Amino acid sequence: MIGEGILKGLAETARNFFGSYVNKDRLTTVQFPEERLPQIEATRDFPFLVYDGTDWQQGLRCVSCQICEKECPPKCIYIEKSKDKKPDATGKPQSYPTTFNIDISVCMSCQICVEVCPFDAIKMDVAFELSTDDRFGGLLLNREQLAKSNEYYNKIHPTEAAAVDAAFAEERAKAEAKARQAAEAKAAAAAQTLTPGAGETTRVQ
Amino acid sequence: MNLEEIKSEIEANVPGCSLEIIPNGSPSGQHSLLVDPDHAFAVAGFLRDAANLRLDYCSNVTGVDWPAKEVSTKVKTKKVVDGVEQEVDEVLKTQSGGYLEAVYHLFSVEQRQGPVVLRMRTEDRADRVHLPSLTPVWRSADYQEREIFDLFGIIFDGHPDLRRLLMWEGFEDHPMRRDYVDPDDYEYEPTAHDEVLKRAKEHLSAEGGL
Amino acid sequence: MSVLTEAPVDLTPSQSDDRTDSQLLEVSMGPQHPSTHGVFRMDVALDGERVVKLKPVFGYLHRNHEKIAETESYLGCMPYTDRLDYICSITNNWAYALAVEKLAGIQVPERAEYLRVITGELTRLQNHAGLVGFLMQDMGASGTPLMYAFREREKILDLFEALTGARMMCNYMRFGGCRVDAPAGWLQQAQKVIDAFPRFLDEFERLLVSNEILMARTQGVGVVSREQAVNAGISGPMARASGVNYDLRKVDKYGIYDRFSFRVPLGENGDVYDRYMLRVLEMRESVEILKQAMRDVPSGPIMDPNTKTRGFRPKAGEAYGRIEGPKGELGFYLISDGSSNPYRFRVRPPSLINLTLLEDMCLGQNVADIVIILGSVDIVLGEVDR
Repeated sequence: MIGEGILKGLAETARNFFGSYVNKDRLTTVQFPEERLPQIEATRDFPFLVYDGTDWQQGLRCVSCQICEKECPPKCIYIEKSKDKKPDATGKPQSYPTTFNIDISVCMSCQICVEVCPFDAIKMDVAFELSTDDRFGGLLLNREQLAKSNEYYNKIHPTEAAAVDAAFAEERAKAEAKARQAAEAKAAAAAQTLTPGAGETTRVQ
Repeated sequence: MNLEEIKSEIEANVPGCSLEIIPNGSPSGQHSLLVDPDHAFAVAGFLRDAANLRLDYCSNVTGVDWPAKEVSTKVKTKKVVDGVEQEVDEVLKTQSGGYLEAVYHLFSVEQRQGPVVLRMRTEDRADRVHLPSLTPVWRSADYQEREIFDLFGIIFDGHPDLRRLLMWEGFEDHPMRRDYVDPDDYEYEPTAHDEVLKRAKEHLSAEGGL
Repeated sequence: MSVLTEAPVDLTPSQSDDRTDSQLLEVSMGPQHPSTHGVFRMDVALDGERVVKLKPVFGYLHRNHEKIAETESYLGCMPYTDRLDYICSITNNWAYALAVEKLAGIQVPERAEYLRVITGELTRLQNHAGLVGFLMQDMGASGTPLMYAFREREKILDLFEALTGARMMCNYMRFGGCRVDAPAGWLQQAQKVIDAFPRFLDEFERLLVSNEILMARTQGVGVVSREQAVNAGISGPMARASGVNYDLRKVDKYGIYDRFSFRVPLGENGDVYDRYMLRVLEMRESVEILKQAMRDVPSGPIMDPNTKTRGFRPKAGEAYGRIEGPKGELGFYLISDGSSNPYRFRVRPPSLINLTLLEDMCLGQNVADIVIILGSVDIVLGEVDR
């Protein structure tokens, strides 16, 4: 009978319509912005720079090696390297970026900068409500706008950040152990050069 | 069937054609067959219809640009040095002629074999850029040959409808050529560096800015 | 109040009449037209309702992806492939990764192969679900089927987001493996989605498959014969709807597809209805593959340890790698000159080549049929124009 298939289809839509009152699976609409979906942990949109501690200028992990600038496929990163050096998180003297710009209207959120960064300094953010009518003022992010704390990173990507922190802690412990060892070796060497009985005069330095 | 056998089979069936196997250095081992343009149409027809080949499915057609480059070859020449004839190594620098290339990847749906890679080369990159169209043999080459004509500038003789495909009518150049210079008509982004920064600076200084 | 008492209306399109005084009307469909699925234009000449000429015009979305790739590193090309067929970024990644692997002779670890199959088949599911929804939309079933299809697609996109961080621009695969391993609980979550998917297919079939309007609109419309399809290089579901038994998962057995048992649905008539039904059937087979893959997925590394993605320089040579994408044969042809950028980077776009027969399919049909014929080809303009 003609029309049978149509009626079958209508029965299906009716089931979905009435089902939506009782079954959450059938009513999938979320009333954004009042209602929001839970954040998925791996979500990424635009990069940000991680800093340790409380002062972003002191704690920025970026050492301006410019690998991300080179590898960025749409070339949306611009870095200027500092002439001087200052100690980084593990105490090693490192360069820092005097300028670090990301043009997020060019960025295509591919995460390659994150992948190639050897210092875990650049990570992907989750903030997506970034629309603005100011092309350069609003979408060209500078160092200050990009810098976000490690706590923030831990909040948005807990698993990933924990792994990074653990690696850093291990590295720091290693560096400390090495420093301690070096100090001990130095002390031992100094003790050895003190030939017993020769007095102060033979001491080196 | 390997490429050697295919080559000898074609030579036996298409009289007068000259073929050459172009080796491929990559682990993929997809060597290709260079066909002279005069016999390419006959070769293509043979490959499609031969009972043991039946390469009825021409999957991918594309162009490659090989601009002229300097090739240095070492040649031993006899020279008279200080009155004595000596054999001397000499580096000869020759300009290899550039050419455009059309590459066809053929498969057989019926016999499930392939790819057989077919190549044709133009005589140069300037005005002798004609190749025979294989669209009458495989219709799948229709849009793809149009695209090559558009982006590389190879003219396919015998193509039923040879117009630009992706660029607009009236566009002059061929963007996929290696020496193509794109026009200085776009907005430069603020994060330019390296090559783009250089161009951006030139652009801005020409405008009187910067 | 009136009651319908007449005999059912014959919905088949009326064939030509013998009037000779009529004038041809030229219509430009597109580039901004909701039925073209993007920016695509057709110059159509009409005799009344009948199509007598149709010339597609391409290039509105052309950004010369192939030229851009020549200035990028091999790794840098990967995110650009996402933007080809932006509905199925993962299979684009896969095809490109496969071509590079062929070019450099890279082996992929077991677990990565399984993850590739799982994400690739999920991509096929969401592409086909989206396509059948859009096809109904093109036919005039505004909203309902499309929304049902998108509801399912949404679940798969959520899976992609949890795995790769993005819903559509996944940038997931690397030559030599995959970028990230599945996070804890992801496989269980995916299993749930896969188990629930056949229910959607049943529902969708009840909704539409026996619908008389759908059959009247699609059967015998836009017919492609088997010989035509092979000669014109038609691939993927569109070729199989015409009876061409050519599925690269069976022919090339790339990756680990030889380990799964699944059937290849084939059409008989090569019309719009067959192309529609074929996608519905293919979704069922994809679910079968997914069930087997989920059962067997091993643990282990996901990246080949000998491959470095950064500063990757393959030896000079060339390779053509192809996969069975949801739209057809997606191939990448790469030529390396030994440097860190590809010398030539060519995409074989199934969407473009499947359009070769568009005019042949539309000639003699009604204007409204152009829309569903185009819809049944399944194109994405990001791939057509590159």
